Parts: sequence; C-alpha cells; structure tokens
Amino acid sequence: MKKNNIPYILLFIMLVWHTVLYAQDIERFPRPEFETDYVYPEEQLPLQRPQVWEYIDVAVLIAALSLTTWLALKRRSRQGLIWMSVFSLAYFGFFREGCICAVGSVQNVSLALFNSSYTIPLTALLFFLIPLVFALLYGRVFCAGVCPLGAVQELTGFKPVKLPKAVEAVMAAIPFIYLGLAVLLAAMESQFIICKYDPFVGFFRLDAPHTMIIFGVLLIIAGIFINRPYCRYLCPYGVLLNIFSRFAGKHLTITPAECTNCRLCEEDACPYDAILPSNTDQPKEDTVKARRRFYTYLLLIPLFAAAGGIILYNTAPVLAGLHRDVKLAKEIRAENNTGVEAVSLAATAFKESGETEEELFVSELTVIRRFRKASPWVGIFLGISLGAGLLGMTTRKRRSEYKPHQGKCYSCGRCFKYCPVEVKKQVK
Amino acid sequence: MKENKNKYESRRDFVKKAGKMIIVAPVAALPVILFKKTSAQGYVWQIDPYKCTTCGNCKSACVLTPSASKCVHAYALCGYCDLCGGYLKEGAKTISTGAEVQMCPTGAIARNFVEEPFFEYKIDEDLCDGCAKCVKGCKDFGNGSLYMQIKQDLCVNCNECSIARNCPSKAVSRVPADFQYVVKTRPV
Repeated sequence: MKKNNIPYILLFIMLVWHTVLYAQDIERFPRPEFETDYVYPEEQLPLQRPQVWEYIDVAVLIAALSLTTWLALKRRSRQGLIWMSVFSLAYFGFFREGCICAVGSVQNVSLALFNSSYTIPLTALLFFLIPLVFALLYGRVFCAGVCPLGAVQELTGFKPVKLPKAVEAVMAAIPFIYLGLAVLLAAMESQFIICKYDPFVGFFRLDAPHTMIIFGVLLIIAGIFINRPYCRYLCPYGVLLNIFSRFAGKHLTITPAECTNCRLCEEDACPYDAILPSNTDQPKEDTVKARRRFYTYLLLIPLFAAAGGIILYNTAPVLAGLHRDVKLAKEIRAENNTGVEAVSLAATAFKESGETEEELFVSELTVIRRFRKASPWVGIFLGISLGAGLLGMTTRKRRSEYKPHQGKCYSCGRCFKYCPVEVKKQVK
Repeated sequence: MKENKNKYESRRDFVKKAGKMIIVAPVAALPVILFKKTSAQGYVWQIDPYKCTTCGNCKSACVLTPSASKCVHAYALCGYCDLCGGYLKEGAKTISTGAEVQMCPTGAIARNFVEEPFFEYKIDEDLCDGCAKCVKGCKDFGNGSLYMQIKQDLCVNCNECSIARNCPSKAVSRVPADFQYVVKTRPV
C-alpha cells in the first residue's frame, strides 16, 4: 500500500463513521412506506413582511424630520409639533412596534465598527445617521417630533417642575456613562443594553416583562412633573444629538423677530432649563482671573481623561463578566473547585455541546483581554466629557438676547407662546 | 476696547467652526468605513435546530406572548410512530388522545390516524407556545423531526433578539433575510 493513500483511507473511515453516527442520531425509526395515498403535508414556514417596508420606514423618517424642522423653525407651531409627536408615536411606536429606532442603532454601528463578522443593515445605518445630520443642520428636531420615546414623554408632561441646577447638572452626566457602556458592550458582543432597558417598547407592543412595565410607568409618572426624564437623564443617543446640535447651522429661536429682553420667558417657559438669558447687564469679570481659571480647567482635561482610562481599565474584568462566555467559565470553574455541579441551563448546554473546558477558558481570556483593551477608551471619553463640561462653565458668552441652549433644547416649541413678539404677530 | 471685543467674537467663531469640522469628520467618514460592512438585505433571527438543546427558554424569553418561536414538524423525518415520544408523556399508561397522557401542555399537537400502524402528528401553530417539551421528547426518543423555529411572520425582529440573549446553547443567531428558516431535512 502506498503511504500517501493513508490520509484518504482515514478520511473514508471518518466519513463512514460520521454517517453511521448521524443516521443513528436522527433516524431511529425508518420512514414509513405508506400503502394508502398519503401525501406529506407541507411545513408552514411563513416569511417575514417584505423588505420594502424598511425603506418605507426610512422615507417616513426623512419626511417626518423635514416636516418637524419646518414646523419648529419656520412655521413655529407648537400645535403642529404636538400632532407630529402623535403621528410618530402612532407610526414608529405602535405600528412599527419600536424596532428599529435611532436610539438603539448606536449599538448596531458600534458592533459593525469593531467586529468583522457583523454586517450592519443599511436601514440601521441610515436611522443612525439621518437624525444626526438633521441635528447638525437644524438642532434636535428628531427629539421634537420624530422619536417615539420622546413623543410619549412630550405628550404626558403636563405639570413641569424645575429641578435645582446642581441636581440637573449631576443627572445630565448619566447619559454619557450609559452611552459609553452601551457602545462598549455592543462592540464586545456582550449585550445590547439600550434595547434591554428600553422603558417604553413594551407599551408599543402591548406586551412586556413586568420590570419593563414598572420602569416605564414610573418614568411616565415622574415625567408628568419632570418632563422627558428618559431624554434628559438616560437617553444615550441624546448625548450625540446634544453635541451635534451645539454646532447646528440653524436652530429654533424663542422669538420670531428681535428679542426685546422682556424676560417673560425666563421663569417657566422651558421645563428643560434650556433658555440662556441675556447677560449684558451683568458686571464683567476680572479677565486675568477668568483666564487663569480657564487654563486650569483646560489642563484638568487630560488629567480627567487619564483617570477615567485607569478606572475603566481596572473595571474591565467586572464589565467582561456580563459576557456569556465569561459567566459560563466562572460557573464551570466554580464547579471544578468546589465539586458542586453547575446546573444552570448554560452549563448544561455547554456540557451537551462537547466543547472542551480549555476552549471555554481560552475564549474567556480573549473576551477579558478585549475588554481590557477597549474599556480605557470609554474612560477617556467620559473624562474628556467631564472636563469639557467643567471647562464650559468657566467661560461666559455675552448675549444680548434670550436664546435656547442648542445642546439642551429639544425644539419642542413650548416657549413660543411666552414671547410677546410672537403673540403680537399671531394677533396681527 | 472695541477691537478687543471683535477679536473675541472671531475666536468664538473659530472655535465653533473648528468644532463643527471635528464633529462632521467622523460622521462623514462613517459611511465610508462601514461601506463594505453594510448590506441592504437585512437579517432575521433564527434557531439552528442542530444546536438547540430544547431548554424551553424560548417560551418565556421572547418579547412576544406567546413566543414567536414555535415547534415545526419535518414530516419527511417523522417515523409516524404509534408510540410517539413527542406526543405522549413519559410513562403514559395508555396510548390515546386523552389530555392526561399528552406531552403538550396546550394540546397543540393533533394526532391523526393514517394507516396501520402509522399516525400523523400536526402542530396547531395558534396553540403552540414554544415550550419545546415535544421537541425534547422527539429528540430523546424519536427521530428529532419536531424542532424549534422562529416564525418570521410573528417575529418583530428586535434589534437584539431576546431569545438569543437567553439561549444557553447559542443556537439563535442572525441569518440573512434570503434564508429565513433553518430547515431540518433527511440525512442523505
């Protein structure tokens, strides 16, 4: 026998062996030979609704954004924006059942950027980009009347109460952390936490686990007084819109013409505390002192970034614990150490799968190593955000009129009716 | 003083314009970076029946109630047995259509006589709640012709499938929208 035949013989034996095993596994009982004219029924495997719908969604998104922009910036109609919210709630919320939304698409983008195996659907990418482009051109019009999550809260915010400035400032940091974690966990293929902790999607589907319903109802009740609690203190996509909107080319204005500095919008026109008052009447600060403070805080930014990086580097193993492989490996290791059998579904499935423990521990290590590499960047992002936020407080821009804060303003149009210039125009 | 103020204004302007550039750059770059990783075709979530360990998580994990994941029957694989591991409870005293001997808690499997000694088992999709008990029975004692699939007309195609997150055997994954089912067929 020739030596180079051996691999082929081995392969043949393996194939036969495999076929025997396979057949044993599946066909314990032979296929019956029917004597009557029995026909096999067809399996019912209905397909998803046609793909066209996804493109209709994108078209509706663009149309809704354009219309909202026109209503907020040109037509200046709060009533129109309310109707827009109702439409978006009906279409993107109850009709499309909340998936896919721009807020969640952050995770798809992150997953696609950092993983070669995932291909992002075009619609997800467009849902991520289009609202950002609109924010860069016209401010947060997406929040005003297109986002179904925002619409729920906008329509239920009846009795706005203002929070103390300090509370507001601290709470406003949460979305940054949420965004950082969401991007990290999506990139590491662990979880889509934005989708997992979406408070309102259960209402859209009229079906949800009880935790989601409790969370959603609590948010809505809180939202009656503290308007848009999700948007202000949680929404991770809002962080991006906030940053983009600051550089918006055009933005909604409180007054349709020139501001008369009447101060009527100062008190309770804006439930989101997004009106920047005119400050020409305030005394000018000592320039040298102000400048010194500015530079101190500027130098603090790299310090914060480094601190954030170090903190997140050290919490990486904890964060990696959210990954299923790491969780399972921990369980198996505990089983080996204590001798108590791991009985979770994942452990049972793992034992059935025939994967070896070495393979599992290797994949656990890979996951932790990936987390170590990636999470410092989240820390750096958080540090820079904190530093930039503090730096922003040290400067003062001189304004001779009342203006919306472009980052915080949702372009909801609540302030229109407070402006006497607007009212005069309406009467005419 | 006036000149000073002008300078101040223009510096503001400069910061704003520079910021805009810095912000626009990644957004403009994103479609370019992701160009090769974008597909117009889209994905759906599906169960690989060969990986499924019939744990029964599908029933409770899905965001829908009842679950979009249901049992389907590969008739070509079925032995049409009288004593069916998927239809009858383990240790059932009689072979009958009585509720007390049926494996399925919702009575979603119909047992029809075909010819001696063969019986056909049909799943009523409206009754099936995806508990996978029959699938387990069929896998353990029969040919494995009953298996779990996510019914795509029911599935709302969540961004991250809740069943996938809770599946212990990683059997649920994104599949291209051109092949929405992982069908079990006869081994050749």
